Amino acid sequence: MYMFKYICKRISLMLVTFTIIFITCFVLVKLLPVSTSGVGVGEDANKIIAQMVSRGYMRLDEVTGQYVNTPIVEQLGRYLRRIFLEGDFGIGFNMPEYRGREVWSVFIEKLPPTILINIYSSLMAVPIGIALGIFAALKKNKWQDHLISTLVMVFISVPTFVYASLLLFIVCFKLSLLPLGVMSLPDVIAAYPGKGYQYIPGEFNWSLYFNKNMFLSMLPAVFSMSFGSIAGYARGTRAELTEVLTSEFMLLARTKGLTKSQATVRHALRNAMVPIFPSIIGEFVSVLSGSLIIEKIFQIPGVGGLYLSAINSRDYDFFMMLSGFYLLVSLLAGLVIDLSYGFIDPRIRMGAK
Amino acid sequence: MRAEEYQISREKFVLHSAGQRLHDEKLETKPVSYLRDAFNRFARNKASIAAGIIIAILFLFAMIGPMVTPYKVADEDASYAYVTPRNGFFYEHGIPFWDGGRNMGVTEASYSLYRGIQEETGRTVIMSEPEIRKEEYMGKTISYYDFRLDTYNAVGVRFVLLKHAEYIALQQYQDEQNIQVIFPITDPALRPEAEQDKTNANIWYRTKLGAGRKTAIVYDDNGDFIPIYQADNGRDEYTSRMYWEGDEKLYNYAEPKDGDMWNVRVDYREYYRYLHYKAGDGIEYPSFLLGTNNAGKDLFVCLASGARFSFLLAIIVASVNLFVGAIYGAIEGYYGGKTDLIMERIVDILASIPFIIVITLLKYHYDVSHAIILFIAFFLTGWTGMAASTRMQFYRFKNQEYVLVARTLGAKDSRVMFKHIFPNAIGTLITRSVLVIPGVIFTETSLSYLGIINLNTGSLTSVGTLLATGQAYLFTYPHMILFPSVFISLLMLSFNLFGNGLRDAFNPSLRGTEE
Repeated sequence: MYMFKYICKRISLMLVTFTIIFITCFVLVKLLPVSTSGVGVGEDANKIIAQMVSRGYMRLDEVTGQYVNTPIVEQLGRYLRRIFLEGDFGIGFNMPEYRGREVWSVFIEKLPPTILINIYSSLMAVPIGIALGIFAALKKNKWQDHLISTLVMVFISVPTFVYASLLLFIVCFKLSLLPLGVMSLPDVIAAYPGKGYQYIPGEFNWSLYFNKNMFLSMLPAVFSMSFGSIAGYARGTRAELTEVLTSEFMLLARTKGLTKSQATVRHALRNAMVPIFPSIIGEFVSVLSGSLIIEKIFQIPGVGGLYLSAINSRDYDFFMMLSGFYLLVSLLAGLVIDLSYGFIDPRIRMGAK
Repeated sequence: MRAEEYQISREKFVLHSAGQRLHDEKLETKPVSYLRDAFNRFARNKASIAAGIIIAILFLFAMIGPMVTPYKVADEDASYAYVTPRNGFFYEHGIPFWDGGRNMGVTEASYSLYRGIQEETGRTVIMSEPEIRKEEYMGKTISYYDFRLDTYNAVGVRFVLLKHAEYIALQQYQDEQNIQVIFPITDPALRPEAEQDKTNANIWYRTKLGAGRKTAIVYDDNGDFIPIYQADNGRDEYTSRMYWEGDEKLYNYAEPKDGDMWNVRVDYREYYRYLHYKAGDGIEYPSFLLGTNNAGKDLFVCLASGARFSFLLAIIVASVNLFVGAIYGAIEGYYGGKTDLIMERIVDILASIPFIIVITLLKYHYDVSHAIILFIAFFLTGWTGMAASTRMQFYRFKNQEYVLVARTLGAKDSRVMFKHIFPNAIGTLITRSVLVIPGVIFTETSLSYLGIINLNTGSLTSVGTLLATGQAYLFTYPHMILFPSVFISLLMLSFNLFGNGLRDAFNPSLRGTEE
């Protein structure tokens, strides 16, 4: 009951934070002068302008013949109603390739590559990182430990774009072991003519992502993404485990007759995992968001790339929706990490005074 | 073994200091202050010291670099775009590394073009003897020439449009310096027909249109080039007074164009020197230590200026964060209760806004230089981390006895906060401030790498922009991404090591654990 109350409190606090940031963001975006210049002219442009008017972004001023903003409060009300009642996040009007398309359907289409690359990299990073950390802790102050610690330091410090470029240059370009970038969907359909793959706009199109060519083309991105987290897990595990290994209950475990490996696996490891495990859970929550840099380097047609082009072409509906999405994912990940401490280790009383 | 053997008689015991008054001995050693102790322990950490030295070197490079090189960020010369790094030492000793060379594997046609440049300008373009490699391609055997190309001399000759007065000035320069800049103009009727080679000034020999609308060279019976220079047609005023070496007859040196313009073929290396001689900026012949980028900007000065901007931004942001965050956190931590709760909620919200949203909204609303936007964005949300750690420190110390004593003696709140508690928190705060610097540099680099922030305005550039441009030419000109990458990696690595050392040094509980 106590725990339940605490969780409710945390969730409502998170929602308050989210609402404040999201609405501030909305107001700040809507304070910008409305512009139809990105839409262009012509019949298609008129359709989009009509859409913008019908969604209440702006209205035609009868006197001047110019489009002006409708009051922000009214816009906010309509926006929230549209989101909750119709699931409509607006349409794109500045990015040429998504002009007039619904924001939500484009977002759905872009989600699979982002999620998949994240999941692959997490699935790779967590076991390897923890294994390296355990190995280094058991070989503390031997050459294996020094080697692993040095590599960990390098991979934690060096920015992703540096080793992603290096990987791209050596493995993909010089040695030609892997493709240079993630395959586009038309390429996948062309590569497997017999499988009857079909691209459906506005859908996840999951089936297109599970084949050998697609998987191979994702690998460079997966590798570059996992190096950093491997290093992070290795460092964390090593630090925790070395601390636990020197504690007195380990001595007791050995005294009562357990072998070194039994004591390590049954007692040390379980205790060392207490701070590591929440971050693993957090990692799997944030698989949704991905990395803008990795998506740019490997030309992944994912959410990050969409966000970047929305920012650069001032496509406000896309910007609002994706900002809200990223914000929600980061808040949720933080919350889940915090709460999972209490579930994993009963000794930690959440929110206790 | 009987117990009696171990019995010692009572008389053998003598009191050690009978009849003396015992005092505590005076301490012989000097007391070590907290900062002194931290410094001592930091000095013992070799990796951190090395990292500190590297940071100092990179900092000096950023501050002094733009001053020692005659080039400026705004200088660009498209003719010398993509030239590779050249270090005078390696170049003069003919070592095929860092000498401005580039390993090529090209077809015969391209190879002949370089040979033509070499023959006309009389400078080495092909730095190593070519090795011919034959490859089968679609049923045909194609020969590839593998050799090392001098990317500077390969620029060769360029067409430039000059006004009459400029042409005369250039001629005067030629006569004064006794250097040939203007090369004979080629006969417009004999220039290559292929579209892509029409404006290529480096083709000074007879060609014909080959297969696939490509230019093919016509050789004479000995296998030499046949020059297509235009013979002098009597426009004496516009011809150079210099001869083409070994030839008696005068050539034509300028081709009239619309208006007062004349098309002139110049030896670009000498023309480059002439341009900088005229501008008086101390640049002689082109030689770029780190090569140039796609616009022909010197990468050394670009990298140094970008680094200087990053460092300045980071240092200013770190100091402002320390200042604002420390005051905010001190108030939160010291007063606690309702004040703390409200202030903490504000920090929570500010800290949860993704930085990218802050930057984007600022960018949309204010049409000012992106450098200023970066500053504002960092000030808006950057101090929250500092406030959180100050708050923690204040919670730790505010209920200790010495604070109670100070309060009892009537010290004001501000005195207790900044005279009594703050000095105890300073170690943690210094460490945090130092670690803010790489964080700011990394964020700035990432944002300009992603193109969200564009600092590339004339005299300013950023490491992130250099990396993004380098990324675009990763497979063709890897030197463009190499140096910015090395810089940012070294910086991040050193700062992490340095920060770790600092954190350990300021943590008194680790005293004596290193030995």
